[in-house]
Amino acid sequence: MLIGKRPDIPSSAITPKDQYLNRRRFLRGAVATGVAALGAERLAEVFSPRTGALAGTKLETVKSPLTTTGEELTSLEDITHYNNYYEFGVNKDEPAKNAGVLPTRPWTVRVEGKVKAPKTFDIEALLKLRPLEDRVYRHRCVEAWSMVIPWVGYSLSEFINQCEPLSTAKYVQFLSYYDKHVEKWASASTISWPYSEGLRMDEAMNPLALLTFGLYGEVLPNQDGAPIRIVVPWKYGFKSAKSIVAVRFLDKQPPTTWNDQAQSEYGFYSNVNPIVDHPRWSQKTERRIGKAFYAQRRTTLMFNGYGDQVASLYKGMDLKKYF
Amino acid sequence: MKRSTHLLLKTLTWIACVWPLGRLIWGAATNHLGADPTATITFATGSTTLNLLTISLALTPARRLIPELSWLVKFRRLVGLFAFFYATLHLATYVALYAGFDLHAMAADIAKRRFITMGLTAWLLLLPLAATSTTWAIRKMGGKRWNRLHKLVYLAAVCGVIHYWWQVKPGVLTPLSITITLALLLASRPVWSLWQKRLRNRNAVPTAAGG
Repeated sequence: MLIGKRPDIPSSAITPKDQYLNRRRFLRGAVATGVAALGAERLAEVFSPRTGALAGTKLETVKSPLTTTGEELTSLEDITHYNNYYEFGVNKDEPAKNAGVLPTRPWTVRVEGKVKAPKTFDIEALLKLRPLEDRVYRHRCVEAWSMVIPWVGYSLSEFINQCEPLSTAKYVQFLSYYDKHVEKWASASTISWPYSEGLRMDEAMNPLALLTFGLYGEVLPNQDGAPIRIVVPWKYGFKSAKSIVAVRFLDKQPPTTWNDQAQSEYGFYSNVNPIVDHPRWSQKTERRIGKAFYAQRRTTLMFNGYGDQVASLYKGMDLKKYF
Repeated sequence: MKRSTHLLLKTLTWIACVWPLGRLIWGAATNHLGADPTATITFATGSTTLNLLTISLALTPARRLIPELSWLVKFRRLVGLFAFFYATLHLATYVALYAGFDLHAMAADIAKRRFITMGLTAWLLLLPLAATSTTWAIRKMGGKRWNRLHKLVYLAAVCGVIHYWWQVKPGVLTPLSITITLALLLASRPVWSLWQKRLRNRNAVPTAAGG
């Protein structure tokens, strides 16, 4: 048989970030000194960078007890070239090509709604609010594929405390950056932008919910939601809003993008749940990204394997009804 | 057409039809099927099926518009059979890589998921066409009956496109271009018949000269 096996790489060796950094430095140097003897492919990359200006910048991080252990990390290449970010195109390879135009600086996050007083946070201040932690999480997409991603950030609750929400705030809504002149690919679908996602307050306050600034120890590549996003590892990936510009505290459940698009397919809760099928496919199993086609299938875990930390949030709820 | 030209064109058609499969095999052998190989294989076999079906349905309108191209019809059977071949690969991908040969899972999928039901319907519609593709079958059935049976290809193509729309997320418009192409090709048939009828009528009954 002609079928090759993807070599097994120990997770310690999988991080090609040094090579990434070196190459990038090499490219910068090459352009600066006007060395023209670059291959066409590399030149193309210089003029149409796959990542934003700051992506790949090293972040200072600390260890976290909330990190997931015992999983082989998905490669940086796959995490950054297999993305759902419809504002930059509906195909998985498009965000890596197109998201370079996202202006990640200057960047502010508006806080409004049921708070003591509306505020605006600058990205630089948010980066310094708490020590940045390395947190490996499983990432389960509603489309039944999964990755293991080493995110960088701190618990969303730390940020929410700074927002000083009122006791009437029951939900929190996240709005993503949207400018139709910048994200001209967004019209390839009938979705109404900006992207909106939301969590119940107690979900948002769960320490696993991560306010995220980086991955693989570096600033987030634009296609992964730079410069600031959330990661909610026990929910399907679309709940984790990218490139957040506004956070609203509300007394009612906010409208959310995919739920608006198809209520029967994408519930507001969208907890990873192998016994509640998507109407169009089973959620019992998933395809792990980066494996050979015959080795991709694996069992999907309830709450994506984070039940110990989050199951209590849904005590007494019918998760088939509130899927 | 000269024999050698025919042979050359046939070879080129074969190469073009085998090309998508060759790319998949090469990709599997060299680990270049992308981050999600299962999805790559599924999409490649499915879209090649629809593309080949579309090409096979484009041959008749093409030779009607340009009579010099009537030799194209000689390749229709080959293209059609390749469409069935890729449809079968697409189905096999589902059976092996999605359902893991689990009959219960497949039965549940077919009963519950309309896009799978529709895809299977399209494949079942193509099956008798592939089975009766031999010259022997045409002779045995008689041209008229054979032609009537092979009109099922229109229905199969429509089912294939619906299957595609039902598979993508609501609001995603990727199936639009193949849908428009197929719609034009299918619509061209009644339009052509109507036009021919009008031409015939005009020739048969010369309009009464004014006055």
